[in-house]
Order: sequence, then structure tokens, then C-alpha cells
Amino acid sequence: MNRRALLASLSLFGGVLGCGRTANTPPPVVTVFAAASLSGAFAELGQLLEQRQTGLTVRFNFAGSQQLALQIHQGAAADVFASADERWIRAVSDSGLVAGAAEIFAHNSLVVIVPTANPGRIERLEDLTRRGLKLVLATETVPVGKYSREVLGKLSGAPGFGTTYAELALRNVVSFEENVKAVAAKVQLGEADAGIVYRSDVTSATAPQVRIIPIPDQYNVVADYPIAVLARARNEAGARAFHDLVLSAEGQAVLERHGLTPAGVGSVPTSDAP
Amino acid sequence: MLRWSTVLARIGVGLAVALLVLLIALPLLGLVLRIAPGDLIHQLRQPIVLDALRLSLITSVTATMLVIGLGLPVAGLIATKEFPGKRALEVLIELPMVLPPTVAGLGLLLAFGRTGLAGRSLDALGISLPFSTAAVVLAQAFVAAPFFITASVAGFREVERRYLDTAATLGAPPLTQLIRVILPLSLPSLLAGAAMGWARALGEFGATITFAGNLQGVTQTMPLAVYLALEADLRAAVALAVLLLLVSVVLLLAVRTVAPRHRLSSAAHAVRHTP
Repeated sequence: MNRRALLASLSLFGGVLGCGRTANTPPPVVTVFAAASLSGAFAELGQLLEQRQTGLTVRFNFAGSQQLALQIHQGAAADVFASADERWIRAVSDSGLVAGAAEIFAHNSLVVIVPTANPGRIERLEDLTRRGLKLVLATETVPVGKYSREVLGKLSGAPGFGTTYAELALRNVVSFEENVKAVAAKVQLGEADAGIVYRSDVTSATAPQVRIIPIPDQYNVVADYPIAVLARARNEAGARAFHDLVLSAEGQAVLERHGLTPAGVGSVPTSDAP
Repeated sequence: MLRWSTVLARIGVGLAVALLVLLIALPLLGLVLRIAPGDLIHQLRQPIVLDALRLSLITSVTATMLVIGLGLPVAGLIATKEFPGKRALEVLIELPMVLPPTVAGLGLLLAFGRTGLAGRSLDALGISLPFSTAAVVLAQAFVAAPFFITASVAGFREVERRYLDTAATLGAPPLTQLIRVILPLSLPSLLAGAAMGWARALGEFGATITFAGNLQGVTQTMPLAVYLALEADLRAAVALAVLLLLVSVVLLLAVRTVAPRHRLSSAAHAVRHTP
């Protein structure tokens, strides 16, 4: 090997080793970790904030809430965390990783979706127990997966539903997906006969490919979405700005347009209200 | 006296080796050190772990067999013949190596899914692949095939022409040449390729979860179980990961010890017994 090539490769090592250093000035970037079900609404809110504060970039990491909580625990650089249930934001806040208190900013409920072609001929919730159907749910560790089981449980023994409803429906499950968007995708592609997702997952993009079978309120589960600024936020001002936008009247309107139920302006804090 | 360039070269190589070993060994060490042996044994008794392990072994071995059965003739063709479209075929075969596995899974779904290109005809015959164990095997075969085929092509090309010529002069028909000369001489490459393919199949995640879904005992292989356990129980996830690591190490070691011996004995055998 000649000397020049060698020096070049050595300086490359130096570059690799040196890139871990961070600048002292706070980067004009806000990193938001948000539940997969928030992707549509939050992307719009991110753009809104970027327009307001020129130079600011809002980056998102959309995934299952449980996975985001795990990443935050492992030291991922996140400024804001919006979870699809309180369990995972509590997991983060119990480790002292949340600055201040988490606040509920929206509610969501569940619906059953079937492909437009409806290969399973599912017209009512009762049909979900028919033998040989291909039902897709989210896995139990994801909030929506837990809620789906709760709904099936509530329906068991309800008028018109047998006491073994949940058991029979669960027997039809062909896959427990790792996030809610994967459930929606399997139904959209027509591979699953039915799936249980959030109402907000039936977006303008998915609506033409699926049909909704509503779940009556008394059997439905209301998911509370909490949001919090993280204690290790590298851009606390930016994080606070995004957090406030989500809770503002304007932010709530955006959430509502994406199928979420606004928690109401000046929402209820999860800690003791004054 | 040592020249400066030699010294620098040695330092450079040493540094490269050290960094690479750190990069690969540290994460593995991190996994192994995180778990007590008792935990590992405890996890092994969990039905979810046993199901995943059994399914992983069955599907990855089946996928490897499938890849060997279909890949050997293809590799032989590519290594020995010139034909129109050969380049295109080679590129096509290598493509799964560079595709992100999720893309592979989506492609498989759009091809073999219920509403897919070929899936519609399959569905009419009453065959439904998505969410089945067969889908896991297909996903694994899809990603593993290039590893076996490229290694086999290289192995076939290494067989020296003069051995075949000698065999032909001595009156050995093509089939005898294949069985007595070509296969024994290229066996180390074939084994190495099969091991690479097997390892890739065993570790397959993205294509599997996209195409086959995730159901314990049916489509939940070890990598899927590790990923999903990660979200519920870190200790279980680490135990599963270490288990998968152990299986992989045993396999790779087995191939390492078998392959060189075969190379020597089969080559000697071929030379001695060629009629």
C-alpha cells in the first residue's frame, strides 16, 4: 500500500471517530416521537410549525408507542413524545425522562374495517366469529392491540353476541401486527378479511379501499393520547412550541380533521387539576 | 530497518482489524453479558420461545433445501453456458441481496397475496399463501437464494477444464462428470453458499412480517419473536437473541469444520477415481 492511500484511510478513521461530537448551539430541529396512528395529523402540524418559525425543522419518528418508549429509554434523541396510551408515557415519566406533566390532547376510538370488495362478506360485528375468516389485529403490547381485545371482551355476552364471542373472534386472527398501520395495510391490500384499527386510521388515502363497520359507543374503548416534552430535549423551546401547537385550538382542529376527537382547548392535565 | 511505509501499513491494518472486531463483537458481547445462564434456560421452557425456535429451524431448513434444489441447475447453467438474457438473469438473481426486506415482503404480497398477480389463480385453486408457514418459507427462500447461487456459480467456475477433459477422454458421460468430478470439486463452495443462505433465512425478518404476518407457532419465527418481545419484556428479548446467536454460531462452526475437509478428500477422491 502506498503512503498516500494509507494516510487517506487513516484520516477516514479519524473522521469516523470525530463525528460523534455535537455542536454547542442548539440545533434548529425538533424531534417528535409519536404513535403511528398520529402520522397524518402530526405531519400537518409539523408543516404548520415550520411555516410559523422559519428555519425550524420538525422531524418525526412514527412507530408503535411501546417501541418509541423503548427507544427513549435507550437514550434516543427525542424532544417530544406523544403516545397512544398513558401506559407508555408513564413508563417514560417513571424513569424521570419527562419534563413537567403529560397532558391528554386527543381521544380516539376503534372501528372494524373490511376491504371494499369484502371477501369475507362481513356486514355486522357478529360476523367476525364466522369460521375461516382472516382477522388481523395489532399485537397486545401496542395500545390498539390491547384496546381491540378489550372491545371483543365487552362484546362477549352483549345482546346478540354469544359469551364466547371474543374467544371465537380471536381464533380467526391470522396475524398480530406490530403497529396499527400494518393492520390497516393488510386490510387495504385485501389480504385480511377484517381488522380493528383507530377511527383516525381511516384517512382520505385509505377510505376508498376500506369499509367501516362501527363499534357502538358502549362497547368501544376511548383511547387517551398524552403528549409530553422530554427532560433530555435538546431543543426545549422548539419542543414546547410543538406541544403548545398540538393543544391550541388550531392544533385541535387539525386533529379533528384527521379523525381524532379533540380533548378540548386547555385540556385536562393528567396530574391533579387545580 | 523497517521502512516507514511498512510501519504505517501495519498500524493501519491493525487499527482496521481492531475497529471491525469491536464493531461486530461488542454488540454480541453486550447481548451475552446481559443475561444469566439461568434466565436462558428459563426462557427456553417458554412455549412462545419453543414454538419460535421450532418454526425457525423447520422453515429455514426447508427454504435452504428449496434454494439448493432450484439454485443448483441455475448456477450450473450460469457457470457453464452463454445464452441471451444471461446478464439479466444474473442481475435478477442478485437483486434480493440489495432489496430492503420489507420491499421484498410487499412484492411477495402483491405477487402471491389473495389479490396478487399469481395469487388470484392460487386462490381459485384454494391455495392461500399469506399468513401461512409456506409464506415464511417463500420469504426466506427469496432472500436466501442469491447467497447460494452466487457462491455455487463461483464454485463451478473454479473446476478446472482439464479435469473434465480428462474425464471425457476416459469415456465418462456428462452425468458421471457432474457427479464424480464437478460436484465433489465444488462442494466447499456449495456448502459455504448453503450455509450463507441458511443463515440469511434464519435471520429473515422484514419480508416475513410483511408477507407472512406474525402468529405464534405458524409464522412467528425467532427474529419476529425477538422483535416483539423487545416491546414487552427486555429480558425475554435478550434471551431469545442469545439463543438465536448460539444456533447461528454452532451452524457456522459446523460448516467451517466440514468444508475444508471435504475440499481435500473430495478433490483427492475425484482425481484418484476418475476412470
